[in-house]
Amino acid sequence: MCLAVPGRVLDVEDRDGTRMATVDFGGVVKEVCLEYLPDLKPGEYAIVHVGFALQKLDEDSAKRTLELFETLGLLQEEFGDPWEAAEAAVSEWQTQDDVPGEVRP
Amino acid sequence: MKYIDEFQNPDLARRLLDDIRATVTRPWALMEVCGGQTHSIIRHGIDQLLPPEIELIHGPGCPVCVTPLEMIDKALEIASRPGVVFCSFGDMLRVPGTGRDLFQVRGQGGDVRVVYSPLDALRIAEQNPDREVVFFGIGFETTAPPNAMTVHQARKRNIRNFSLLVSHVRVPPAIDAIMRSPDCRVQGFLAAGHVCSVMGTAEYPELAQRHQVPIVVTGFEPLDILEGVRRTVLQLERGEHTVENAYQRAVTAEGNPAAQAMLSDVFEITDRAWRGIGVIPDSGWRLSDRYREHDAEHRFSVEGIDTREPAECRSGEVLQGLLKPNECEAFGTTCTPRSPLGATMVSSEGACAAYYLYRRLDAGTPGQRPPTAAGVAASETPSPATVSLEGSSLA
Ligand code: SF4
Repeated sequence: MCLAVPGRVLDVEDRDGTRMATVDFGGVVKEVCLEYLPDLKPGEYAIVHVGFALQKLDEDSAKRTLELFETLGLLQEEFGDPWEAAEAAVSEWQTQDDVPGEVRP
Repeated sequence: MKYIDEFQNPDLARRLLDDIRATVTRPWALMEVCGGQTHSIIRHGIDQLLPPEIELIHGPGCPVCVTPLEMIDKALEIASRPGVVFCSFGDMLRVPGTGRDLFQVRGQGGDVRVVYSPLDALRIAEQNPDREVVFFGIGFETTAPPNAMTVHQARKRNIRNFSLLVSHVRVPPAIDAIMRSPDCRVQGFLAAGHVCSVMGTAEYPELAQRHQVPIVVTGFEPLDILEGVRRTVLQLERGEHTVENAYQRAVTAEGNPAAQAMLSDVFEITDRAWRGIGVIPDSGWRLSDRYREHDAEHRFSVEGIDTREPAECRSGEVLQGLLKPNECEAFGTTCTPRSPLGATMVSSEGACAAYYLYRRLDAGTPGQRPPTAAGVAASETPSPATVSLEGSSLA
């Protein structure tokens, strides 16, 4: 949950008096609030946490981090369906014999 | 044992490790504050790649883990009430309260919804004016500003059926509490990068000075952690104890001033209980008086709920770095992710979950050294703590 994911601003607009943007996280597009980084412009990168841009990031390090998160499955964890994840976790443990050594490759 | 070739940039990793090896002359115990860092360390075997003198102690920085049982019980109570839509981040679903969790409350007919952002919960409130919409506001300084903004918006836009169940916590008082503990073995801190993205580094020089302990702001990726360790060890070997920023690409000294301003408008500092640890003075936020109307504890009169934590679970010691997860008797036996006794076993940032997932099963697993003697005091000659902002060797 504490994960903050770098994303690229696609476009910016004012909605109900709130500065909002659509942001691309390596293919997943989300609505993000820019109230804490109001100067962020399309094409720029920022660290986003629970739908809020918190700090600017340069393109290189943003891309590198995104790549790493993608390989580690962290993007799926952050943006996937949490009910599915919780259900999967429950059934995974139920089908296992609770032998920790055999949990995951 | 993990291999260095699995790192994103093995050459840089090797250079950092060589440098650490060349620097270290005696045992040092460092604490990584953040649960995200703990997972990165265990997943990549960083503790096993480091020279044996360096022990990494896992810190309390998993917001899900430190949310007190009492607060989980309050959430479960509110979520069970008719007419309530209870919104939460997905991580909280399987955190055990007394006897059940949010996942089960939903199975029993409670309207529990998972949202990506607190603003999603506000939207649900706006679209369902006849329902009471509650958002479970947990987290450290990274998550508090989004939740603060959401309450601020609710007030501004007069969305009265929205309230926040607040259990926010702050990192610096926790570092202070850990250093004050008579059993403390920590000699240096890797501070949590994203907390500092918001708060900057201003709160740390005083702590570094008072406790004579180096504090190095560190990121989450494997190379970031190696760099954080490298800088901390360098300070320790030199007898220094200053605040350094090894995560410059995401952290500035001043942090995010707009977010800080919103925090102090919406919240006020309060004592807060940490699960398994107990009350740490000034370690949390609650809604300030102006926003009391949006305080779920107040609105649903659950202030009186008071629960005791199961004695078998030693997550309090795990969270303070006094015990490794696999040293807990229940670990992997009566406590597993399927039937967890403590939140540290189900949270995606929990240390017990990390040890279970990455198979650190026995207390004797390589890299899990038995506690060493407290080590040598960092320095005899105190030097003024300064914020050093030299360039990081990581781009
Ligand atoms: S292994 Fe389980 S019982 Fe032991 S400290 Fe961790 S969560 Fe608590």
